[in-house]
Amino acid sequence: MADLSTLQGLRRSPLHDMATEIRDGGVTGERAVQLAELPFLTQVGVRVAPDSAGARGIDEALGAPLPRKVGVTSQAGGHTALWLGPDEWLVVSETPADELVEQLRAAAGDTPAQVLDLSANRTVIELTGPGARSVLEKGCPADLHPRVFTDGTAIVTSLARVPVIVWRTDADAFRVVPRASLAQYVAAWLLDAVREFAPVAAEGA
Amino acid sequence: MLQIECPWCGLRDETEYKYGGQAHVAYPEDPSALSDEEWAEYLFFRDNPKGPFAERWVHTGGCRKWFNAVRDTRTYEVLAVYTNSDPRPVISDLVADSAGATA
Repeated sequence: MADLSTLQGLRRSPLHDMATEIRDGGVTGERAVQLAELPFLTQVGVRVAPDSAGARGIDEALGAPLPRKVGVTSQAGGHTALWLGPDEWLVVSETPADELVEQLRAAAGDTPAQVLDLSANRTVIELTGPGARSVLEKGCPADLHPRVFTDGTAIVTSLARVPVIVWRTDADAFRVVPRASLAQYVAAWLLDAVREFAPVAAEGA
Repeated sequence: MLQIECPWCGLRDETEYKYGGQAHVAYPEDPSALSDEEWAEYLFFRDNPKGPFAERWVHTGGCRKWFNAVRDTRTYEVLAVYTNSDPRPVISDLVADSAGATA
């Protein structure tokens, strides 16, 4: 088998071919929005009954309990667990995926559980800037107002009619997490959506 | 836009859901013992009430879980949502509650 680090040097992110457009596609001004792809994050899918010993084992291994409620994320030791469903989570982490999968499988013990490396399933597009929420609100049916969608909230919903995870990491920073196969569509939609937020004076220039 | 309350995710737009037909239609205990007519009855025949109707919905655009909802077919008002492990609500109580709320 080929060495993993050699293969990692060869890999391409789902938005590799749009890197220039994404880098230059942001707008400045009062309602500035910048786009960026955060490629190759470790993403591990966890499915386990929330009230089981296995779930508690995984809580301990992660250092923060898996969230038991919609929208909530829990963060500890470089891992962030996102609630996707009552028995399903996505752990985004700085730990290499194979290591984390092994740790969590061991932590689940004998409880029937599924721990899978899903890093290649989705990519992350980050929107930063004061206009980020307005851009997302053009195509997302969920309520993203800060009174309900606080920092650290993440939900499964849709953007531009395709399923994505929308995750607010900071007051002006949102992560949109689409499937790899839909990433180019979502990125193209976002690039178009941010254009109207450019300062008016710049348009005639 | 019809909005439906998912028991796990809260209020979301109808576009995130898919419809699963009438709820509480139990699979026959011994299908091979049924006559063709009884089997057809199970497969194809469903209630079509004018008023409160217990139906199945799945939150495909969210948590991907199935649940039941009682919806008034005249007004599209969703009177109750409950999971498969929750007790089945009594429809006449829901109608009384709803009438009390609007009166």
